[in-house]
Amino acid sequence: MQCPKCRAPMHTYNRNGVQIEQCSGCRGIFLDYGELESLTRLEAQWSQAAPPPPPGPQAYPAPPAPAWGAPHGGHGHHGHHGHHRQKSFGRMLFSS
Amino acid sequence: MTPAPELLVHALTAKARATAHARSSACPCGAATLADRPDGIVVRHADTVAKAHPPHTDPTELTSRLTVATHHPQILLPPLDPAPADLHGRLVTFWPYGTPVDPADPDAAPWEAAATLLARLHRTPAPHALPTMRGPAKAAHAVARLREAGPHSATAPVLRAWTTLPPWARAEAPMPDTATLCHGDLHLGQLIRHPAPDGPWLLIDVDDLGVGAPAWDLARPAAWYACGLLPPDAWTRFLTAYREAGGPAVPADGDPWPALDVPARALTVQTAARAVAKAVAAGRDLDEVEEAVVDACDRMASIPPQFTQEQAK
Repeated sequence: MQCPKCRAPMHTYNRNGVQIEQCSGCRGIFLDYGELESLTRLEAQWSQAAPPPPPGPQAYPAPPAPAWGAPHGGHGHHGHHGHHRQKSFGRMLFSS
Repeated sequence: MTPAPELLVHALTAKARATAHARSSACPCGAATLADRPDGIVVRHADTVAKAHPPHTDPTELTSRLTVATHHPQILLPPLDPAPADLHGRLVTFWPYGTPVDPADPDAAPWEAAATLLARLHRTPAPHALPTMRGPAKAAHAVARLREAGPHSATAPVLRAWTTLPPWARAEAPMPDTATLCHGDLHLGQLIRHPAPDGPWLLIDVDDLGVGAPAWDLARPAAWYACGLLPPDAWTRFLTAYREAGGPAVPADGDPWPALDVPARALTVQTAARAVAKAVAAGRDLDEVEEAVVDACDRMASIPPQFTQEQAK
């Protein structure tokens, strides 16, 4: 088969069970009837097989922390605890 | 140390009133004691604040520190008088009143302003003959007080963490940097807005100011973050603002911890030592925040500190 655009010979390739012709000159691709739909279907299956995105809001990654830091790499528990912690932490922020 | 005699508080209050009245003929006469600690008393009279510095403060060193504040009023609150006065054997200084950070609302803390002021301070050429920054000396002092306090189960892990530090961070050897101008005791009580109530933020308290390792000034927020007490976004805001202002204490990008690790450890130990000594004196248990700081000390003992090339010298 000759390329309808540049007249160079086209070669047949098999991509996931779909026969496609590619021009050896301009690299253009010729698809037979139904082949585009076959590729689209394969693409959809690929997307479904991919793992779901991780839950929760994806904020900025936590900044680096030292190895001796709190077990969760310095992620603050601040604000999720009671008033006592808030008050005590507030006092610590203001003293030598 | 013994608490300051009442006589000194009265005399300081009278001095603050007299200084305030000399500044303004229409004084609304609002007086208050802002701080009364064994190592320093601060009283306010209207727009004037008087501070009695700790006993045994060296007058020459204090004067050179006050001079830095006088010369850099865009960074540090300048004193009303560039030299300290003597009052009942204590050195006293006078300051304009500024609005502090609201202690009831740490979430409103001016992290960017604090970082930017520090970066500017660190980039300011230090005057000749300025004493060293007192950060490591204060940490060593807190550890000495802990050793004198009665027995407590947290004492051993805090002292073990102290031994992981290089001699300079324990005030046992000169600091690796003796050219950079540092505040020496940064926390949120060291920022005020002047003129009150909504002027620009400025740093106050020059008692520990001097030349030294500038990472020490970043190390308290760094330690709070590492201990899980400061939310990551507050730490990121502080660090980013410091870098954007060209602060020299950490590299412009990448991991800042090789520069911060030693001073952040030292300030974690200092905080834990103060907390344990106070808990022993008061006969009470450590609270949740104090426990978090002691736990960090416990983990430090088994992890060698990170160094920059400069700090390892």
